[in-house]
Amino acid sequence: MTPEQGKRLAVLAAVWGALILAPYWMPLFGGYTALGSRVLVLGLGAMSVNFLLGFTGVLSFGHAAWFGLGAYACGLALKFVAPSTPFGLLAGTLAGGTAGTLLGALLVRRRGIYFAMVTIAFGQVFYYIAFQWSSLTGGDDGLRGFTRQPLDFRLIRIDLLHNDVYFYYFVLISFAAAVAIMAVILHSPFGRTMIAIRENERRARFLGIPIELHIWIAFTLSCFFMAFAGALYALLNNFADPRMLHYSLSGDFVIMAVMGGMRAFWGPLFGAVVFVVLQDYLSSVTVNWMSFIGILIVLIVLFFPRGVLGLLRQRRMA
Amino acid sequence: MLQLVFFNVTNGLIIGAFYALMAIGLSLILNLSGVINFAHGGFLVIGGYLAYTLTPYLGFWGALIIAPILTALIGVVVERLLIRRLYGRDPLYSLLLTFGLAFIIEDGTRQIWGANGLPVSVPPALTSPLSYEFFFITGYRMFMVATVAIVVGLLFVLLRYTRIGVRIRAGTLDLETVAALGVNVRALRSLNFAVGIFLAGLAGVLAGGQLGLEPTMGDGLLMPSFIAIIVGGVGSLTGTLLGGLLIGVASGLTAVFFPSASEAVIYVMMAMVLLIRPRGLLGEEGMFT
Repeated sequence: MTPEQGKRLAVLAAVWGALILAPYWMPLFGGYTALGSRVLVLGLGAMSVNFLLGFTGVLSFGHAAWFGLGAYACGLALKFVAPSTPFGLLAGTLAGGTAGTLLGALLVRRRGIYFAMVTIAFGQVFYYIAFQWSSLTGGDDGLRGFTRQPLDFRLIRIDLLHNDVYFYYFVLISFAAAVAIMAVILHSPFGRTMIAIRENERRARFLGIPIELHIWIAFTLSCFFMAFAGALYALLNNFADPRMLHYSLSGDFVIMAVMGGMRAFWGPLFGAVVFVVLQDYLSSVTVNWMSFIGILIVLIVLFFPRGVLGLLRQRRMA
Repeated sequence: MLQLVFFNVTNGLIIGAFYALMAIGLSLILNLSGVINFAHGGFLVIGGYLAYTLTPYLGFWGALIIAPILTALIGVVVERLLIRRLYGRDPLYSLLLTFGLAFIIEDGTRQIWGANGLPVSVPPALTSPLSYEFFFITGYRMFMVATVAIVVGLLFVLLRYTRIGVRIRAGTLDLETVAALGVNVRALRSLNFAVGIFLAGLAGVLAGGQLGLEPTMGDGLLMPSFIAIIVGGVGSLTGTLLGGLLIGVASGLTAVFFPSASEAVIYVMMAMVLLIRPRGLLGEEGMFT
């Protein structure tokens, strides 16, 4: 084993060790288990955004749409179709992912600023639909009337609803599965091609790579991951509301990715930890938490554009 | 029925003119500096609230002129201190920065002026309906459209015939060459940013007189402005104007037949434009694509 591999293994062990033991060490620092689940879910969302932003170099500023769509579809499936947690997850993932795939086909020819603008605007469509169609979605009050269901494995029945720690581990296992798939994709030839497109799109095109198709597939995958995270979020809150579709949540995901470090696989999770915990803390101590978050964003953009993990890596190389 | 259609089309045109005013400011900044100004709605709010504060001292007419100028000055300060550092970097960063600014501005207005809605008092001469039959065309609405028409007309004349206007248009096409010709690009961008923010501030005053003021009022007006730019074509100010008017009329017409979709129809228009003519109605091929 080379030192490089050893280091990578050590990082992996540290990340997973911290996540697995979270219900035990978090209360020592004033955290609570539901906050841990929220960090994981939003972290998965930020990693999905970064799958596109950090590894393909395409900025989508409307990814909350797929997140919220996943949340609503999961809630509606639980409420009206079948009371089963895995079914809700599946429905949410498929609904958000499919919608993303279809709209992605419209978007892939756009680049840069234009792509960002079009994704913002399209993201808001779903916000307005959720807001207006109150007979189905509950409008501004949000979608209520569903709860996550116990997992039934014949021999044992796991009560996810009343035991936060059980649900945390359910979220952690779902998170691990999604992240593992993400890592496999990024290490595959397809993932390498994504990075090639990020580094030099024109050159990749000269090599005969169908750029639009690759960006479309990357966008689609990212939407599916996002919708999965959204479905988990609906299960976490037993609730879905239009703000889960709003562009300010998209912006939050992007800032988490940037804050943690876009070029690092675990960066967005790290950013999510900082952002979610800080937001939770600030909104409990001051009514002006929005200003603090805004100032934080401005400071990060001006002084830490590479994010925390990017900064560490830079120091190591220097 | 005919009157209903007429009512909604007029309404749509008025709203469209308003969207266009917002969108042209956004478009100016986007074209020359490559910055998507998420805080544009925030500057609109600042303009409106400044007018509210100034009206008791200067009257409505004074506030109408001074408030946008003050807003533009705030804009220049923000540009010099923050946004200028991000020119030439990935557009992601300026987008995020203005996104953070929008938070600060919204919270700041709430802190200073309170969370409750406030009115901007409009001279009584402007509030009366013009005729009994067309009760919906109040003097204020005509005044809004006229103001937008005059300001936008003036802007287009300035851009076409003055030296600075020509430089701004040239910079939109090729900033590097303009810089190489000895034009002070930094000052040009500051000025251009100020003009964009002035338009946002003016939109804020006008909207305040019609709808009243709220700290979140910029939020709902920002998206239609984005769509106006996309429909009209990125890079073309005339396109942005056209896009704003078009989506205004489209949502007005939809309101006659299917009121709950009046918001959604502008997104459908955007999708159609992207499908059929991806560069936008008057956009130039290859620009930002």
